[in-house]
Amino acid sequence: MRRVRAWLPGLLLVAPSIVAIGVFVYGMLGWNLRLAMTDQHDELSEGTFVGLDNFVGIWDQPRWHLSVQHAVLFTVVFVLGALVLGWLLAFLMEKGIRGEGTFRAIYLFPMAISFVATGIVWRWLMNSGQDERAVGLNRLFDVIGLPQWEWFRNPDWGMAAMAIPAIWQMSGYVMALFLAGFRGVPEELREAARVDGCTEWGVYRHIVLPLLRPVTLTALIILGHISLKVFDLIVAVSGKQIITDVPAVFMWVAVFDSHDPAKGATIASYIVLSVAVFVIPYLIWSVRRERRR
Amino acid sequence: MRRRWLVTVAITMTSVLGLTACGGGGGTPTDKASGGGGDAKKQVEVFSWWTGPGEADGLKAMRAIFERENPNLTFFDAAVAGGSGDKAKAVLQSKLQAKTPPDSFQGHAGAELQGYIKAGDLEPLNSLYDELKLRDVFPAQLVEQISTGGQIYSVPVNIHRSNVLWFNPAVLKEAGVAGAPKTIEEFIAALGKVKAKGKIPLSIGSEWTVTHLMESVLLGSLGTDAYNGLFKPGANWADPAVTKALDSFKTIMSFAGDPQDDWQPAAQQVANGEAAFNIMGDWAYGYFHNPPEGGLGKQSKTDFDWAPSPGTEGTFLWLSDSFTLPKGAKNRDGAVAWLKVAASKEGQDAFNPKKGSIPARKDADTSLYTDYLADSLKDWGGDKLAGSIQHGVSVNQPWLASINEAVGLFLGTKDVAALQTALADAAKANTQ
Repeated sequence: MRRVRAWLPGLLLVAPSIVAIGVFVYGMLGWNLRLAMTDQHDELSEGTFVGLDNFVGIWDQPRWHLSVQHAVLFTVVFVLGALVLGWLLAFLMEKGIRGEGTFRAIYLFPMAISFVATGIVWRWLMNSGQDERAVGLNRLFDVIGLPQWEWFRNPDWGMAAMAIPAIWQMSGYVMALFLAGFRGVPEELREAARVDGCTEWGVYRHIVLPLLRPVTLTALIILGHISLKVFDLIVAVSGKQIITDVPAVFMWVAVFDSHDPAKGATIASYIVLSVAVFVIPYLIWSVRRERRR
Repeated sequence: MRRRWLVTVAITMTSVLGLTACGGGGGTPTDKASGGGGDAKKQVEVFSWWTGPGEADGLKAMRAIFERENPNLTFFDAAVAGGSGDKAKAVLQSKLQAKTPPDSFQGHAGAELQGYIKAGDLEPLNSLYDELKLRDVFPAQLVEQISTGGQIYSVPVNIHRSNVLWFNPAVLKEAGVAGAPKTIEEFIAALGKVKAKGKIPLSIGSEWTVTHLMESVLLGSLGTDAYNGLFKPGANWADPAVTKALDSFKTIMSFAGDPQDDWQPAAQQVANGEAAFNIMGDWAYGYFHNPPEGGLGKQSKTDFDWAPSPGTEGTFLWLSDSFTLPKGAKNRDGAVAWLKVAASKEGQDAFNPKKGSIPARKDADTSLYTDYLADSLKDWGGDKLAGSIQHGVSVNQPWLASINEAVGLFLGTKDVAALQTALADAAKANTQ
């Protein structure tokens, strides 16, 4: 009885959320995976178990290849862009500029906007019209004599342009993460390095950056999983067009236009898997670190 | 000790209750709306995607007639915004799956409704057609093209035309093009002449407008009978005639300007004299013609002009918005009353001049339809009919999704053979 008293109240307290997460997250994930392994290619048929057929078969579809390529390009540009820009902003901020609080707020504000609102504004900014038809950024570039771009309508590099609004939105958040990280590096370590004749750049390169590895990793995970699931930004900027297709948009089309639940579930499973590739190593790493402490 | 227990249990219970409350809170807003009305008036929930200027006014006009004729019923407008019903259809899908259908919903007449019919979501309306003698007032070919296995499942309210070539007379004159091109070959020659003058020969919008363009080119190149044959079981999309049509499509697309965000900016390029031609449905007329709040305020015949798209004169590539009777409608009698208004001469003549479309009925009051609409009404009476692809007459939703995918990929690859293979595969998968 005494033993029970020790753990039961705790369990009861967390039980509701365990049940809720169990049903609405893991239950749904399982249900989705089961659906992906059937041949239920319309809403009416019952669907029989076909194993991994859908997971293999989707690689025969040219559209799937295209949307995966798009997602990879988008992820690389977005994650690297946001990390570099966020780090630079934090670096400048840390040098003790005047009005730091104001700047911090300005850089963080974009995060308060939804991707849909960002997308609608940037759809106009990144309009592909050129010369006399130019609006948005192309118009500005035309006036100051910079080259004009096709932006997201370029068949090869369009998704890199699509990453720009995402970078704009998330780099302030990365800055906040890094800034907190910078502040956590003890001043004594920097002093010691400077005394040993290290340049200011060297201090960051050899002292601060290595100590920031956990922060960088956290930022990487957060940006990576946002990027692989991206849907709202793409839909707001260009709708469900093939030229900017990504797995999440393809999934939506498969379910609501093609009326093919199994195909939609397959794509959904691939999205979960790709995010898991990012998140699970991070979880293992952080659990290990906790234990070490 | 006991108190701690009590607290724990209390917290657990409240969180469980909170959770279930969240689950139940998402209930349908219609429940509340109908409950509020009390016993006096019964509500009819009509689901559509008419929220834009023109279309919403037309719906309001029909609603006024409905409420006047049925004083014991109230009209509940369950419209979901979004062009061509993209978002509305997703909402409708979840309503139907949850077995809480609206009393009547909008859908493009024709094959688009097949999915709902197969799923057993719709009641056939043959008895209503017999009661109102609708077979006599709708064109016979229209009734034939919206029937599935002898049954009719919807009441068409309006007719739009898809194969309209919009052009800027001044730009044509400048380029030395005598008038609207009559054939695909003439069209390609005219596009070349415009290009030489440095204007955009053909304006396009987002990817669906290219599928829209393709259906006009297919019809213009294949002819009406061969085009209609493409949607019959066993149709041969691998035919050399289709290859020729798709080659023309590729040539025409090589003259297209930068893709615009949607059909409106593409139409605007023609209106502003930046582009010569645009192929878009006749809803573009309202956009060209209406005063600046909802349109561009342009003068017809001088600022912009129209003709049947090249090679399609004498054929009306049609599409139609229609209303249905879902199985398990809460207020079936109310829904039938609504369908009667939607089918009536009065209802259609109130709706269509506002929406910028023509009535499906042959006995409409012609004096209400002027300018472009008068032309359209005349052609609707005499032309052969062909069903639109992009707007759900000839192909069902999965088939259309495959066609859109093939066209979208074609825009990247410009590979006619791959496009034809994909179209043939899509036809095979969906015509059995």
